[in-house]
Amino acid sequence: MKGFSALLLATCCTAMMAQAYAADLPTSVGKGEGDLNVVAWEGYADDAWVKPFEEQTGCKVHRKYVGSSDEMVALTRMGGGKGFDVVSASGDAALRLIFGKNVQPVNISLIPAYADLMPELKEPSFNTVKGVHYGISYEWGPNVLMWNTKTITTAPTSWSVIYDKAHTGVITVPDNPIQIADAALYLSHTKPELGITDPYELTQTQMDAVVALLKEQRPLVKKYWALASDEVDLFKSGDAQVGAAWPYQANTLRAANVPVQDTIPTEGATGWADTWMISTHAEHPNCAYLWINHVMTPKVQAQQALSFGETPANTKACAEMDATQPGSCKQYHADASAAYFSTIKFWKTPVKQCGNGQSNCLDYAAWQRAWQQVKQ
Amino acid sequence: MTDRRKLLGHLALLLPPFGWLTVFYLGSLFALLLSAFWQVDSMSGEILHEWTLDNFRILATDSTYRVIAERTIGIAVLVTITDIILAWPLAYVIARKVGPRMKLVLLVLVALPLWSSMLARIYSWRLILGHDGVLNWFLRTAGLPEQSFAFTNVALWIVFTYLWLPFMLMPLVSALERIPASLPDAAGDMGATPFQTFRTVIFPLAIPGMAAGSVFTFAVTLGEYVTPMLVGGAGSEFIGNVVYSNVGVSGNIPFAAAYSMILLVVVGAYMLLARRFGAFDGA
Repeated sequence: MKGFSALLLATCCTAMMAQAYAADLPTSVGKGEGDLNVVAWEGYADDAWVKPFEEQTGCKVHRKYVGSSDEMVALTRMGGGKGFDVVSASGDAALRLIFGKNVQPVNISLIPAYADLMPELKEPSFNTVKGVHYGISYEWGPNVLMWNTKTITTAPTSWSVIYDKAHTGVITVPDNPIQIADAALYLSHTKPELGITDPYELTQTQMDAVVALLKEQRPLVKKYWALASDEVDLFKSGDAQVGAAWPYQANTLRAANVPVQDTIPTEGATGWADTWMISTHAEHPNCAYLWINHVMTPKVQAQQALSFGETPANTKACAEMDATQPGSCKQYHADASAAYFSTIKFWKTPVKQCGNGQSNCLDYAAWQRAWQQVKQ
Repeated sequence: MTDRRKLLGHLALLLPPFGWLTVFYLGSLFALLLSAFWQVDSMSGEILHEWTLDNFRILATDSTYRVIAERTIGIAVLVTITDIILAWPLAYVIARKVGPRMKLVLLVLVALPLWSSMLARIYSWRLILGHDGVLNWFLRTAGLPEQSFAFTNVALWIVFTYLWLPFMLMPLVSALERIPASLPDAAGDMGATPFQTFRTVIFPLAIPGMAAGSVFTFAVTLGEYVTPMLVGGAGSEFIGNVVYSNVGVSGNIPFAAAYSMILLVVVGAYMLLARRFGAFDGA
């Protein structure tokens, strides 16, 4: 076992030197080791598909849920990265994990579902570096605008409602530096003179404008939510009536008979595209591969999509979704996903290099500092 | 020979607590101080062991951290003062007005909340202060305007005051108990009015009790981060929250270490001040 881990470690280091040797990747998936440590988004390791997995493979699943990409990165790095086997990283965390050598390359030939992935998600830039796959794309979706239909009777169509003084004290937004991108996306429409083309590539001037907008928003905010369940509580108690959310919260609240509605406003939305990745120091690599193969099956892909309100990466999941909930394949865009895919500005880690060849953009450390200034 | 033995015996007794304190307490404080001068690579998350004053430079120049420190200290002071005011009447009754049986009952009642989880008690305040909470239900029933304290600094102030009240009350009770009955009697004999007796005899003698209690209420509030997270709202960040998010969320331990130095300095200064008021004299 030790030899195998050492081999994996060696694999990763070699790959970091931009040279991956296919021979170093595991060539087969052996018997499960009995345990699997999962770091995942809230709602990503539901009993509905964890229980069957445990029964089939004998891998006991130990879950740790997180509410933000930063928390996910911090958790996977704790204890030298030995505390977890698989992680469901979003695009803004995935690159940080790859560069931090926290995750290892995966052998896609051991994952049959890879062939059925949407073409856009076969080797996206956030999990495939120089041709080396560091994980398998899982599901994706938009950050939506959610509101209580009882108190806000006319359906809002613009993100402007969460910056509107009319809703002072009933707004909630995520406590997350990447939330800056939402404000940047909004400003790219309302203040075109700032010249924001990509909400994740901001110069200091653009950032100053975004921070100013967010600072004006702070007195209107009831609470910055850290976990999805926080926001659910806020809407249940009536303390929040409008805010930025994931479709997951809207589904959960509707299931609890709270009258909420969610939409993608006219300005568009930021969103996430998640990847299951395996720890460099995974103690249960077989269970890790077994897990990825389990969650990539059309059935689990459909279950996950319906429970969270997102779109599966596996194109075969459409039929399963319609079988469970007729019309849901179309509702969650699992049928014509390419066009819809291109409308979402997916989370990615802000770096100094802007897309236009300049390198005067702010890196993520600057984003974190800016977010602290906003929250005070 | 016996003296030598005695000395060895004393040393053997001292060694375990001293060793413990040196290694686990002073050692970790030293590591904290050291890491405050390091930096973190934002992409890989690795700590770079290069000496830098950057963390302190950011703390000094960015007004955000000053605002948060002022809020933390401000609320801690406010909570301490409120607790002193709230503790006085009850402490006075417990210490000087009731018999031993009643005293025991009252003291148990004061300590009773401490038997339950702190988290449960904080969450219960969320249920009380929430928009659809118990308090608003009462106000509505009574025909009064509704409050919206939930997730504000007012909620923080209320919950902190509630949480630490027993810690102010206990030292104050023991300070009041220790005032000999002959002193207020003597003051009365000399013609002092009850208020004069209180102002010139009882209150000054209770100062060490208040000082001891304030060490708890002030220092504990200062280092808190759970309560602001649960009942605070936008603009309720404490120093502890910044430290927590730098460690647990952004993985920037050096910056967290640098910011936590402020807590260390403020609590240290407060301890010295409390000592001057007799907080640590006998107990």
